[in-house]
Amino acid sequence: MEPILSLNNLTKKFGYLTAVKDLSFTINKGNVYGILGPNGSGKSTTLGIVLNVVNKTSGDFHWFDGNTSTHDALKQVGAIIERPNFYPYMTAEQNLKLVCKIKGVDESKIAEKLEVVGLFDRKDHKFRTYSLGMKQRLAIASALLNDPEILILDEPTNGLDPQGIHQIRQIIKDIAKDGTTILLASHLLDEVEKVCSHVVVLRKGEKLYSGRVDEMISSHGFFELKSEKHDELFNLLETHENFSNVKVEEDLITAFLNEPMSASDFNKLMFEKGITLSHLVKRKESLEEQFLQLTDDQ
Amino acid sequence: MLRLIQLELQKLWLNKVSRILIFVSFILPFTVLVLSSIKINFFGFFTLELGELGIFNFPIIWHITTFFASYFKFFFAIVVVSMIGNEYSNKTLKQNLIDGLSKKEFILSKFYTIVFFSICATVLIGLATFLIGLYYSSYTEAAIIFREVEFLLAYFVKLVGFFSLCLFFGMLLKRSAFALGFLFVLYIFEWLIFWGAYEALGSADSAFKVKNLLPLESMYKLIDQPIQRIVMTKFPEKTDIAYDYAVHWYEIAVVLGWTALFIFLSYRLLKKRDL
Repeated sequence: MEPILSLNNLTKKFGYLTAVKDLSFTINKGNVYGILGPNGSGKSTTLGIVLNVVNKTSGDFHWFDGNTSTHDALKQVGAIIERPNFYPYMTAEQNLKLVCKIKGVDESKIAEKLEVVGLFDRKDHKFRTYSLGMKQRLAIASALLNDPEILILDEPTNGLDPQGIHQIRQIIKDIAKDGTTILLASHLLDEVEKVCSHVVVLRKGEKLYSGRVDEMISSHGFFELKSEKHDELFNLLETHENFSNVKVEEDLITAFLNEPMSASDFNKLMFEKGITLSHLVKRKESLEEQFLQLTDDQ
Repeated sequence: MLRLIQLELQKLWLNKVSRILIFVSFILPFTVLVLSSIKINFFGFFTLELGELGIFNFPIIWHITTFFASYFKFFFAIVVVSMIGNEYSNKTLKQNLIDGLSKKEFILSKFYTIVFFSICATVLIGLATFLIGLYYSSYTEAAIIFREVEFLLAYFVKLVGFFSLCLFFGMLLKRSAFALGFLFVLYIFEWLIFWGAYEALGSADSAFKVKNLLPLESMYKLIDQPIQRIVMTKFPEKTDIAYDYAVHWYEIAVVLGWTALFIFLSYRLLKKRDL
């Protein structure tokens, strides 16, 4: 696999505070990566370092094969950090022209990219008249101008209304479909779960997990059960080797699987044991539950 | 280099306030120059014609126009300071860097623009002075006309130096208003140094020599005030008011030194700063 960005023991200290601690991971071409972490976990700082706006304290990072300078590499990267930053007194088109000059891209791309984010008919309006959702979409158009190898988005749906969030997500999914590598920093877990294939979990600047999203949710799921014969069911589950942990909340029993088992197999087993179930649901932990477990445990 | 100037010009030109200020900083000195060169009749009581005083004679006209025109640099100084302040307050500095402009290119684009405007201002003032001089001057031999054109060079260096100082203050303080305020603080600070030097060295002459090395004073000293010189030409027998008004190479060197330092410090500041 072709690496796009590699971090090696990257550390950033702001005075006594260590914002990023010994962080290492690699981003490969063609995947959609999420950086997850609570507020203040070092997501934006990490992105700031690789984007050349924050100075690292130690460690190093390199773009692509390592022979490209950060300055040149950034011309093949599209990035939005925190909130959309443009010149308020310029129109959308003028702002994008400026970005074209910086990136050394032909201005013919502007119309195409404005079309992608659905702002073409507002191109002659000043940036300051835009709503937050439109600003954010303009930022995405700007980041796409150079047909980047990788698109970096930091909290792209922050502060948007549900329609805005939906629009941005749809745009991200469309871009990902075209094979563009995406790095998405967010504290919104369902967002990451919906669009990302890989995830890096941070807490207080330290990496807790990095790998595929579906491997992070590694458990085999759990059953939520109710029955008339509550105690019998509980004792049976406690002794059964397929279950690692059984919890009771009032009349609801939650049994965690430690090896795969289908709901119908389980139902059949119960029936053979003479227990009829009034409630049977098989579920997998959501990324959110996994994430909370990860960040709380350590 | 052209790309960097284009970038900055677009940022300035599309901003209404800076466009007005740029106009003012170019148009105002001209209006003053042209107005002062025409005969003004005060309702028949008396006519004022500055040309009669001989101040539009070559070569003294180079000295006079560059000295007075340099006061209008404050208008463009506001533009310089706000072109940094706006980049910080709009956070576009950060976005520019993310989009692939290096920190060095960012400072250079500002510096090139400063140089570009200083060249424009110098050329325009030079041209206007030349034309007005041709019209009024009693001397029209080329040797006399082009004597003391070094005042134009001094004017150019003075502008570049002053705007570089503004650029540095803008980078240092991030806010336009603070940066302009700091210019005043620096002015007072230079007088404090003067006072300190006077206490230590015991003579005003040597204290002035120290002050001449400081940024604002060294820029001011590039073109000495011409009033005394006008008086001198009127009363050539009074030798006690004679003074050294020429542009010296070392004066230019000091200002160029400050300019280089300010640009370098701006770059260092930006490089070290986390945005």
